[in-house]
Amino acid sequence: MANVAIVASPEKSIAMRGDVKSLHRAIFIAIAAILIVAPFVLYPVFLMKVLCFALFALAFNLLLGYGGLLSFGHAAFFGMAGYAAAHAAKVWGLTPELSILFGMLVGAGLGLAVGALAIRRQGIYFSMITLALAQMVFFFCLQASFTGGEDGIQGVPRGNLFGLVSLADDRVMYMFVSVVFLAALALIYRIIHSPFGQALKAIRDNEPRAISLGFRAAQYKLATFVLSASLAGLAGGMKALVFQLASLTDVHWSMSGEVVLMTLVGGMGTVFGPIVGALVMVAMQNYLAQFGAWVTIIQGVVFVVCVLVFREGIVGLIAKVIRRPL
Amino acid sequence: MFVNKLLAGAAFICAAMPLAANAQMSGDTVKIGLITDMSGMYADADGPGGAEAIRMAIEDFGGTVNGKKIEFVVADHQNKADIGAARVREWIDRDGVDMVLAGPNSSVGLAVAKIAADRKKPFFAIGSTSSRLTNEECTPFTIHYAYDTVSLSKGIGSAIVSDGGKKWFFLTADYVFGTSIEKDTRAVVTEKGGTVVGSIKHPLGASDFSSFLLQAQGSGADTLALANAGADTINSIKAADEFGVTQGGMRLVAMNMYLTDVHALGLPVAKGLYMTDGWYWDLNDETRTWGKRYFAKMNKMPTLLHAADYSAVGTYLNAVKATGTDDGEKVVAQMKAMPINDMFAKGGTIRPDGRMIHDMYLMQVKTPEESKYPWDYFKLVKVIPGEEAATTKAESRCAAWTGATQ
Amino acid sequence: MFTIFDIPVQALFGQLLLGLINGSFYAILSLGLAIIFGLLNIINFSHGAQYMMGAFVAWMLLHYAGIGYWWALLLAPLIVGISGVILERVLLSRLYKLDHLYGLLLTFGVALIVQGLFRNEFGVSGLPYAIPPELTGGQRLPFMFLPNYRAWVVVASLAVCLATWLAIEKTKLGAYLRAATENPALVQAFGVNVPLLLTLTYGFGVALAAFAGVLAAPVLSVNPNMGADIIIVVFAVVVIGGMGSILGAIVTGFSLGLVEGLTKVLYPEASSTVIFVIMALVLLVKPAGLFGRTA
Repeated sequence: MANVAIVASPEKSIAMRGDVKSLHRAIFIAIAAILIVAPFVLYPVFLMKVLCFALFALAFNLLLGYGGLLSFGHAAFFGMAGYAAAHAAKVWGLTPELSILFGMLVGAGLGLAVGALAIRRQGIYFSMITLALAQMVFFFCLQASFTGGEDGIQGVPRGNLFGLVSLADDRVMYMFVSVVFLAALALIYRIIHSPFGQALKAIRDNEPRAISLGFRAAQYKLATFVLSASLAGLAGGMKALVFQLASLTDVHWSMSGEVVLMTLVGGMGTVFGPIVGALVMVAMQNYLAQFGAWVTIIQGVVFVVCVLVFREGIVGLIAKVIRRPL
Repeated sequence: MFVNKLLAGAAFICAAMPLAANAQMSGDTVKIGLITDMSGMYADADGPGGAEAIRMAIEDFGGTVNGKKIEFVVADHQNKADIGAARVREWIDRDGVDMVLAGPNSSVGLAVAKIAADRKKPFFAIGSTSSRLTNEECTPFTIHYAYDTVSLSKGIGSAIVSDGGKKWFFLTADYVFGTSIEKDTRAVVTEKGGTVVGSIKHPLGASDFSSFLLQAQGSGADTLALANAGADTINSIKAADEFGVTQGGMRLVAMNMYLTDVHALGLPVAKGLYMTDGWYWDLNDETRTWGKRYFAKMNKMPTLLHAADYSAVGTYLNAVKATGTDDGEKVVAQMKAMPINDMFAKGGTIRPDGRMIHDMYLMQVKTPEESKYPWDYFKLVKVIPGEEAATTKAESRCAAWTGATQ
Repeated sequence: MFTIFDIPVQALFGQLLLGLINGSFYAILSLGLAIIFGLLNIINFSHGAQYMMGAFVAWMLLHYAGIGYWWALLLAPLIVGISGVILERVLLSRLYKLDHLYGLLLTFGVALIVQGLFRNEFGVSGLPYAIPPELTGGQRLPFMFLPNYRAWVVVASLAVCLATWLAIEKTKLGAYLRAATENPALVQAFGVNVPLLLTLTYGFGVALAAFAGVLAAPVLSVNPNMGADIIIVVFAVVVIGGMGSILGAIVTGFSLGLVEGLTKVLYPEASSTVIFVIMALVLLVKPAGLFGRTA
């Protein structure tokens, strides 16, 4: 058995307290505002990287923080969707939104296959199955000719959105990515605060009891898994188009480890935590890149510190202090 | 309530922030960027040493060109194509970098080549071995300076066959680099009259090679070619030594090895190994002088990549000086027009497809008895002239070169 | 001579023998992991880094103190084991009351730190470590040339595995350990110092990893990434064998070495993946592992 000990703020009921709702609304607006202004201050490609990883972490958190399921192989969905979208854009010449959609579908399909197998077990065994299957996906990507092996798929065209607007300019691409990100965030928020989300949390906290109340736990878990995989796929597909390449790094198990770290640092079981976590991790990688091996060391230190004293993560800590769920 | 107000206020402030213009363009310096593996498996072959070599080149040039200061930035691509690509994009778009060099890892090299070409900046592929850079993915701005898979395979294939190694067995890493080197070398070997009696593909990063070596020994081949790189090559060689492969009479050929790999293995294990190199510190007085200067700073002898970094920057700066501008197109045209004569290459030229043609060297690792001083590792078996070690125009898949005439 | 699967029987035997040798590494490493998980409920992700430390300590002993291989076999596990004890006392013990997840994340973080530090210090190309002179050379068997050193590896690991298994299953100390897993409070009430027991157990598991590292140093490249490469495979072995089962770890380690060896002959490209395929199958059919007790 192993349900993750989540440090999340208590939530009263489906109909949330009014002040919490307006708090969240304000946060949404703040995020949107920051997104509008940010490209004038920071480098747009950096921001897009943050957004893609934030979405990946949000998708992962849906499964871990709210579903209580730790997947060690989430990179498989992220990376495979990236390859799919890259292939669709470069070889089939699909427009960007179709390529990304295709990537998302591949992520969903893969999620269904993996989830159906993994859900049958609990706790650490669940995690190990996801790891094993993700490793197989990695080796498939290494061998398959369409993925280009260790060169990856290079020179992916960004194309014209809906066949009309060219996404070649980083600023335009950024606007597209931001819109998609906000939409996905809103979607995740709705899922979490819906009856589905509540049932999910009930299953996470006490599965036997939830089953005895009539909830088909397996179906909920599978549905969440597929959702999480699709959104991870969405993130992966977008990233492939932002950077115009898809590579093995995105399906390697260390990528699965990174998303765990992002979620942990940001705050598992909070809605906005993964965003902060992704921001911290990507910024760290970016600005410490010149220090080589120190990046790994610092990442390790962050892991250790977070696990020991900072389990609720940045946003979790803030939520605890202001005593409202975030 | 208060919190809501606080957040709303924060949003307001953000929105009211003065909209800063994007970072400045530097038109008053010549900026060079090196993106390489600083901490992964190729860090010793290029890495911080490459950065040092470039600094030496800038210093030797005098620190300024045409009155502008020369600046240098370096970053670690961590063997990840997206990190490398993102960094180079940022360098060119935001930081005004005028020229980029890339260290090992073809995946990064290919990505960076595209980015540099789109922005019309010269790009020197120093460590990437993929021959695609001057074939399918050739651009007017890519210069493949040090070596590629073709030069590794052509040179050694023909040289070993003429030296008596007629029956080949390939131990290949199962990824693009391995399979393409095997393919290229097979073609050369069979063309020169040798035969390939067998081959086996091992997974990338396999830690144990004993099983594959056993199969190689049973094949009756007289030459074992290791079509892999990095830790795979080192582990294969260690195992080969242990299982008495060379004692049994087989010739061991490493398709891609660096001086630093030999240093890591030690001569007792690596002795007798054949390999191709693009440069060696102990070739002549010029190389020795430079090698010793480098050694004084890094405490290791330089590999061909370090020497190539130095030479490439020198070539670039000379071209900038000659044309009086750092405009990408003009500088590249100049570089393709002038011969390169420095400690790295004599009579080297950059072809229209971007390939820098210079001599390659077939080397054999010395036995411990033959080695007289530290880092005295190689004996020169044969010089392979530049044109022989490169894709010919007939074979080239670079549309710009074969299609249109320059 | 006749053939099985198109391969001469002699060659097949050779490959199986080699597979057995690799299996010895898997066996010792998974034994260490199984002990740590079985008795402490911690998934020790830093096991690979500790294996690497064992190899490096052996190299350092030789390089800086002139201490050779045979002493290193004893000293390196001791030194690395002590570092494990410190790790457990200072960091890990705080996580016992929490979910498995945190122990795993912590040890993962520690692995990153250790690997990063070694990479900074020693670079990535690897360092040479020679086979001890007493074990160079080999035996000309009818089907292959067997290096003496590799034969020694099998003997050493079998001995260590057997000794450990005996200690845990047949001695009083082992009985205390097993009891402490089931019901620590009760065992403590009997006067056994359970926290000390747990600490020493972790240290022992780590020492096993380091021992494997010393065994590996002469044959594999001693470099900071050697642990990361092997840890995922070892995890798979442990899961297949049964996460808390000592015997399972040993038997599965050797068996999977054999399976891998066979795959290398029949379908070499898949030799890295075959273990994961088996793991997925075992997890679906018997999730507690081949020798495990159901949770």
